Amino acid sequence: MFYREAGDFKTSYVSDSQTFPIAFDRYCYFVTLFIGVVVLPFVVNDYIVSAILAPFFIYSIAAIGLNILTGYCGQVSLGTGGFMAVGAYSCYKLMTGFPEVSILLHVVMAGAITAIVGAIFGLPSLRIKGFYLAVATLAAQFFLVWLFNKVSWFYNYSASGQISAPERTVLSIPVTGPNVEPWAMYLICFAFAFISAVLARNLTRGSLGRTWMAIRDMDIAAEIIGVNPLRAKLTAFAVSSFFIGVSGALFFAVYLGAAEAGDSFGIQKSFIVLFMIIIGGLGSIFGSFAGAALLVVLPVFLKLLGVDLMGWPTDLVAHIQLVIVGFLIILFLVLEPHGLAQLWRLGKEKLRLWPFPH
Amino acid sequence: MPEQLLFGAEVFLNGLMAGVMYALVALGFVLIFKASGIFNFAQGVMALFAAMTFVGIQDGQVPFAHLINAIFGTKIHHFGWELHSLAAIFLTSLVMICMAWAVQRFIFQYLVGQEPIILFMATIGLAYFLEGVADLMWGAEIKTLDVCLTDNTCLPQGINQLIDAKTYDWFGYGFFIDNLDISATLVAMLLVTVLIVFSQYTKQGRAMRAVADDHQAALSVGISLNYIWILVWSVAGFVALVAGIMWGAKSGVQFSLSLIALKALPVLMLGGFTSIPGAIVGGLVIGVGEKLFEFLVGPMIGGATENWFAYVLALLFLVFRPQGLFGEKIIERV
Repeated sequence: MFYREAGDFKTSYVSDSQTFPIAFDRYCYFVTLFIGVVVLPFVVNDYIVSAILAPFFIYSIAAIGLNILTGYCGQVSLGTGGFMAVGAYSCYKLMTGFPEVSILLHVVMAGAITAIVGAIFGLPSLRIKGFYLAVATLAAQFFLVWLFNKVSWFYNYSASGQISAPERTVLSIPVTGPNVEPWAMYLICFAFAFISAVLARNLTRGSLGRTWMAIRDMDIAAEIIGVNPLRAKLTAFAVSSFFIGVSGALFFAVYLGAAEAGDSFGIQKSFIVLFMIIIGGLGSIFGSFAGAALLVVLPVFLKLLGVDLMGWPTDLVAHIQLVIVGFLIILFLVLEPHGLAQLWRLGKEKLRLWPFPH
Repeated sequence: MPEQLLFGAEVFLNGLMAGVMYALVALGFVLIFKASGIFNFAQGVMALFAAMTFVGIQDGQVPFAHLINAIFGTKIHHFGWELHSLAAIFLTSLVMICMAWAVQRFIFQYLVGQEPIILFMATIGLAYFLEGVADLMWGAEIKTLDVCLTDNTCLPQGINQLIDAKTYDWFGYGFFIDNLDISATLVAMLLVTVLIVFSQYTKQGRAMRAVADDHQAALSVGISLNYIWILVWSVAGFVALVAGIMWGAKSGVQFSLSLIALKALPVLMLGGFTSIPGAIVGGLVIGVGEKLFEFLVGPMIGGATENWFAYVLALLFLVFRPQGLFGEKIIERV
């Protein structure tokens, strides 16, 4: 009964075009933020953070990035893993090269470097489209991973070929390295995910986002009405890679602590992030979070159910997980091509009319 | 440097042979893409699935043994018989036909008229699904694959002694050519001939070409699209079986098979998505290109360039000719 616009008067353009026009949504949003910032850091334990919350926020950032490119601008990319590797390795080089600078700045700089690399690999998108481009982005994936494995400058000539994050602090609290408290890891991931979401939301509804959507819906028509395809596509690649780079940097520095390009940033990463945005919803920020949540929780849930409860061998459960993920992808594409986000939207629409739907 | 030249020639020949293997996988892509406009990412996994099914049937494994054991606490694994290779090929073909029917009935029937990119993503989902099912059915461990007609006439493996001896006589340096690559080339030639005869001279083949040419016109002269699509997926399944057997005999049946099959994608981009000769020429170009690049440039930049060379070559090529070597010109209308 309380999920209405009725009585909530908008008196300025700013309040009219806000993200959550319905008061109830706004309250929910603030309550979620409150729980996220004030309550959760005191109750989380190591298992919850390292199994669910940290990967959820990090993958959400990557999914937001890919969603900008694929969902908003219509360019399918299979190079996400490679771009995450760029973020991770540039973060590592910055951390070891400039130890006195804050890690927060390093992560952002890693994103910026990835943005440049992404824009370079985005250049062919001006000539080629659709799945030709999807396959072309595989070139980025394989080439970048090979580069980070072969050129020893990138991993500071370490014998194992691995990169491992040294300890860095924010306000003298360690956030990388072996001595990270769960709540610190949680808070830094949360902060980056929150800022990314706000940034992406405002970018996609501004003029830049509208040019992306015009390119996605029909690039020739967009060109005729005055959208510059060079600018639109390259900015989409750059912005998308920025977020993916940030997520790669966090994934390596905060979450994993040590990484190797082939293992941590292989082609499987690209697929997982693509699946997140398909299941979550193409062209939706909320969908990026929903898809990331589903694909992060699903393996944990299956492992709890299969291995711990039923006592099945781990590899069997892993195979069942493959089947379920594939099945979910197909199911969503057949039944609801716009993913969880569309279900959410429909649910809200129903709720708005309830209990008098006519 | 005649010695270097000889090495180069050997690398070139081996590249040609590797290219044939890529072309085998690429053929399946082209068939499905021409007939239904679906870019079937799952072709590589279909090859893996077919090869695993072939080995499983041949060795008399119990399907889903792992799962059954986990649920009921039993300890079954094999029926205890070994099947003849030809019978196993026949049975696997039947499985692939069932799979083609299921794919059409449960997935693509509901996706008719969707955008190509949605179909593409559906096939990525299908790839995951099939891979999971294959692992569940037959187990994920690496298997060896042997095709034998009788007990001692198997698919030959290892170095071809005849070529080695002959080239040693001629140049004073014996070329290393794998027997398996030679038989793969012969099988590929046979397969392409059969496919061409099938599509040119049979009723179903003509119907297939009609559908590939124009869906609506084909529909209006009374060709059942559903039937043709199942047929095409079955043929692609059979091509996947052949590719799977060849790749499996070469490097064992394992997950990386589906990653090798990813190499078929740049092959297609080079040759054009709609052309069977394109798939073959593209395969040969990629095979020779990556072997020669690894031989000439690889040592200077650290080796293992085969991982990415094909993709980068295809990428650079596409910038100049977006439809590939033999593809139809892309015409866009608003």
